[in-house]
Amino acid sequence: MDGIQSWVEFVVGRPGEILGYTIEHAILVAAVMASAAFVSILVGIAVHESMAGRSVALSVAGVLITLPSLALFAIFIPVFGLGWTPSFVALFLYALLPILRNTVVGLNEVDPAVLESAKGMGLSSRQTLVKVKLPLAWPVILTGIRVSTLFITGVAAIAKLIGGPGLGHYIREGQTRLGLPLGMERLWTGVVFIVLLALAFDAFYLILNRLTTPRSLRSRGG
Amino acid sequence: MAEPDQTTEESGGGDAGGPDVVAAGAGTAHGSDEIMIELQEVTKRYPGSNEDAIESLTLQVPKGEILVLVGPSGCGKSTALRLINRMIEPTSGHIIFDGEDVTTVDADHLRRRIGYVIQQIGLFPHRTIADNIATVPRLSGWDKQRTDARVDELLETVGMDPSMYRDRYPNELSGGQAQRIGVARALGADPLVMLMDEPFGAIDPITRDRLQNEFLRLQQELRKTIVFVTHDIDEAIKMGDRIAILGERSRIAQFDTPERILAAPANDFVEDFIGSGATLQGLSLERVRDVQLNTDYPVVRHDVGVTEAQRVLETSSEDWLLVLDDDDRPARWVTLDHLDRTDKRLIENGRKVTALAEPEDTLRDALEEMLLSNAGATVAIDGRGKYHGVIELETLMNVLQRMRREAKAHYARHAEPDTDDTSVDA
Repeated sequence: MDGIQSWVEFVVGRPGEILGYTIEHAILVAAVMASAAFVSILVGIAVHESMAGRSVALSVAGVLITLPSLALFAIFIPVFGLGWTPSFVALFLYALLPILRNTVVGLNEVDPAVLESAKGMGLSSRQTLVKVKLPLAWPVILTGIRVSTLFITGVAAIAKLIGGPGLGHYIREGQTRLGLPLGMERLWTGVVFIVLLALAFDAFYLILNRLTTPRSLRSRGG
Repeated sequence: MAEPDQTTEESGGGDAGGPDVVAAGAGTAHGSDEIMIELQEVTKRYPGSNEDAIESLTLQVPKGEILVLVGPSGCGKSTALRLINRMIEPTSGHIIFDGEDVTTVDADHLRRRIGYVIQQIGLFPHRTIADNIATVPRLSGWDKQRTDARVDELLETVGMDPSMYRDRYPNELSGGQAQRIGVARALGADPLVMLMDEPFGAIDPITRDRLQNEFLRLQQELRKTIVFVTHDIDEAIKMGDRIAILGERSRIAQFDTPERILAAPANDFVEDFIGSGATLQGLSLERVRDVQLNTDYPVVRHDVGVTEAQRVLETSSEDWLLVLDDDDRPARWVTLDHLDRTDKRLIENGRKVTALAEPEDTLRDALEEMLLSNAGATVAIDGRGKYHGVIELETLMNVLQRMRREAKAHYARHAEPDTDDTSVDA
């Protein structure tokens, strides 16, 4: 109980500071997700019809996500130095696979009868993509973005190790001060606010899904 | 169910008509000689295959008619259909659409001019019913007002209340409703031609029957040129003005009206395919109003008295006497036994008349009634229920013989292979 009380005091004592780190963290994740979603969806569209293209793209994204995160963050220090840029690049590479995979799956699982009738009515392949395939795949793609976001929100804490922004600050500080006063409080501040941020993102996606998906598609996917 | 006017035209002359009837039948079913769709020696061979999937298919569809392509699974009938709107590109040959060679024109534009209905329907699940129906009008650049009006008109056409269904989604419809919307969507920009690939194949038999009837009624008004694919010979006979029976690689085994195919199958393949039910099917193409009824049957009004009734029945060669009520409606069947044994009044004697056929009923309906009736005969009545004549087994056999005779005479006159009406299995 003492621990919780002293943690609350720690948090209440520095609202501005915590808010600042949370916003930094959120901006990093949002920037990473926006660019990763853009790139993954484009790549997904480009490769979804070709078996070979699909396996190459998914393998590459698969390898990226299995790289140990500590190493991936460090690898880019020689190229981009410390701070925001290498953090962004590392997280971006991590974020690709779930979105790419769901884009490819979503576009390919559109009912062949729907595509047949679209073609039969004279929709060009571009019109079919924009008016039929993408809207139908969207709930699945959005699920990929959502999974990726939750994952990236957590991993982004490591960015602190290479001088990046965000709530990783408290985790790092807490670790180095373990056993010292307010060590645990710092660690828990990092953890709790990362979880809260992840929940906030999740709520955002739920709302986005409601706004962008017709009711007939809502039962499945996102 | 054949269309009434066609049946009249093909059989109207009765027994005496012989050659004239055949000549009339040799024209197109609706009197139009204009050809809407023509395939000229169209061949499809898939890359890597050394056999043609479709081998030099030539056929013509006159404006306003329904041509049914029917054949066993794997004969390539769907492939043949999909060649017409170039969902599949032909390897060689020409496709002529309303006089224009469309073998190499922009396929997307061509398809917007041709309605296309498939068995799985393929409605867009993310769009409302109205948006689904508006697909082709919007692609064709119609303005909003015209499109909206068209959507409501089409919903009415397929018997669905616009205010109720406009804003629903496809997953909120039953199978039959979805297929109606599929048809409405294909009619979107009022195409001259509809291609239908087993459109009612996935629907339960009762709903299918209703949709087929609705569609035929609709076609009476719309007079679209339709190519319809099915594997079901019964459906082919019901829907087709003409039927092309396709064998392997879509070679045409016989191309003719349902009546003539049933009466004179061109070869063993066709005979096997139409099966043993062909005779009964033939009866379902003829209507009671078009046959020669037996009017010599012993018939009396119920108030003539028992003695007169006995006299009439005894002087006839029949076992049963038909008794009419005050309004000349068939009431009772009586035999001499009935008349001898009881003092009952004629109107209460014998057995009730149950087997009745109205002018619009088919002979197949009449036969079913006959088999269930006491007297072994169906009584034909007019629209108000008055006695008109009697249909006996002999009546039906005469009709079948006449159909066979007409078909044979037709083929004798058209002995030369004729792309319009006959096609010889190579």
